[in-house]
Amino acid sequence: MTTNNLAWGSRVGLILAMAGNAVGLGNFLRFPMQAVQNGGGAFIIPYLVCFLLMGIPLLFVEWTAGRYGGQFGHHTTPFAFHKMNQRWIWKYIGVFGIFSNLSIAAYYCYIESWTLSYTMHSAMGTFNGLSQHGVANFFTNYLDISTTTTGIPYEAVVFYVLCLALNIWILSKGLSGGVEKAAKIMMPLLILFGIFLAIRGITLKAGHEGALFDGVVGLNFLWTPHYDSLMNPKVWLAAAGQIFFTLSLGQGSVQCYASYVKKKDDIVLNSMSAGWMNEFVEVVLGSAIIIPIAIGYFGLEKVVELTQLGGLGLGFRVMPFLFEQWGPILSVLAGVSFFGLLFFAGITSSLAMGTPCMSFLMDEFKWRRGSSAVAFGVAVLVLGLPTVFFFQEGVFDEYDYWAGTVSLVVFAMLEIILFSWVFGLKKGWAELTAGADIKIPNIYKFILKFVTPVMLIAVFFGSAVRPVNDDWSKISFRGWDLHHESILGQMLHNNIGPNHKYFTDAFYSEKSGVVDSVFVQRNRNYVRVTDTTNAVKSSAEFEYKAKNQLAVKIGDQVNKGDALFTGGMINKVFFIDISRFLLTLVFVLIGGTVYYAYRKRVREKTI
Amino acid sequence: METQALIFMVTSEVIITGLTLYFFIRVLFTKPKGGVDSYTDTKE
Repeated sequence: MTTNNLAWGSRVGLILAMAGNAVGLGNFLRFPMQAVQNGGGAFIIPYLVCFLLMGIPLLFVEWTAGRYGGQFGHHTTPFAFHKMNQRWIWKYIGVFGIFSNLSIAAYYCYIESWTLSYTMHSAMGTFNGLSQHGVANFFTNYLDISTTTTGIPYEAVVFYVLCLALNIWILSKGLSGGVEKAAKIMMPLLILFGIFLAIRGITLKAGHEGALFDGVVGLNFLWTPHYDSLMNPKVWLAAAGQIFFTLSLGQGSVQCYASYVKKKDDIVLNSMSAGWMNEFVEVVLGSAIIIPIAIGYFGLEKVVELTQLGGLGLGFRVMPFLFEQWGPILSVLAGVSFFGLLFFAGITSSLAMGTPCMSFLMDEFKWRRGSSAVAFGVAVLVLGLPTVFFFQEGVFDEYDYWAGTVSLVVFAMLEIILFSWVFGLKKGWAELTAGADIKIPNIYKFILKFVTPVMLIAVFFGSAVRPVNDDWSKISFRGWDLHHESILGQMLHNNIGPNHKYFTDAFYSEKSGVVDSVFVQRNRNYVRVTDTTNAVKSSAEFEYKAKNQLAVKIGDQVNKGDALFTGGMINKVFFIDISRFLLTLVFVLIGGTVYYAYRKRVREKTI
Repeated sequence: METQALIFMVTSEVIITGLTLYFFIRVLFTKPKGGVDSYTDTKE
């Protein structure tokens, strides 16, 4: 007898929850950056091609695998996959479906807590009168947990815990009473806020409210196609990556939500409705907010430079300052709308990450809903605190890379192989179309069998061996230099540079240039090295402790690898490897729990 | 706005908005199947 009595209240509720799962911060912060960096309007071509050939097929696979597992009382991927094929390996591949959710939630809830805090600060008018530098500094201070922006000590930690508590509370109310209710309130509000901001962005007029350019200039920049970029594998890889993140594929949350749908009920129309709703939010609303507004105030060149900060940088360091230009009332409205919509996008996704973890405990160990929700919250807190305390040391980025990027691709690649080749397309197609309210074109049989698996394998290997500068012409049998963001490049610590020892007596410069500043900021000491050889100056700041002794002085020319300061210190690589160890440990622990649960089911003859 | 960019934007957005509305409306107007279904609200 299972204690898992979770159920959906209504079909619309399920679709809004599923769309909420997909609609995340990336729709507003990541998509516009990707489009700007990958050919403007031409990015939409590979993006939509990837959606049709990879996104939709994977949605079908994940909804089907979920509903199939649910028929046997399995609401998570380890045992759903086991039902699809009895070989031992599949239930351990299914571990990704719990691991990814838990590990992503650990850092995702942290970003979510920033949006909650920024919504409050926008409403309080904290950003009133701050310069652009002041707003950027506010964010840096916020991340530096030892400082406070409101007088609350450890403010970032407080908001993180508050955010987790809210997640736990909603999750403990179940699917229909919690997740679905939240989605029914938050998704319409999110779209409303998005429409308001998009209209503001598009109608921005040069000379009004301090804007230098029309908002339309930004749209023009974003949508002007550069067809030559279509021949660049980097663009295709970026488009495929974006489709993954935006639809929350390869994560295990779609399967979990779908596992509460009965076999006679539709999953085809449901998946199409939720999937296209996400595309609407991303392409129609997501493209009309950040870029048009930012270009309206800063112009093209500056925004291209700012996109190097990434979506998070632009969203948190720049947008509050731009909203301030709209006057006291509109700026509050815009700030609350923008960070509010980000918060809604974030929490509807983190709730989807919590559900598989809860369902696993309820299915396998008969835990109650409330206890499972608390267990999820505690696990996220334990795993997430290192990202809060050691954010600057790169722990956050490591979680994002391994749990939030690589795991998704590996899992999706393996699950499409399971569905189309091991479980069998004939059986899979019958499961998918059972109870369907719309007909799927038969071409999707071919796509599911051949196109999507080949695309996913290509994405995985492309990401693994991505060449430096994304110059694919350099690929040869004699070898090539790896991009530091490639999977192999990351494994080999290609981005670490000269500071590759955990504990050391000297810190070596990671940049060649001139030491042009030694300064103290927020009680921290920094030395800045600026490279002036290129037309555009680039600087790097390195923090040192009071106990360290500077080995350089202002005006010195240093080469990469020259000592900057001496004295005992712990290098970033230590925190990076600790993060990787932690993530591996989590995977192994979940794998061990799955093994224990399996043995238990064998003893009880329930599998 | 340049014509090419405008065509690109309008075409993409019309297709995406159209399909989003089409699928959602179909969900709203599809009659529930008889018998016990997946949704608790229809059981009340």
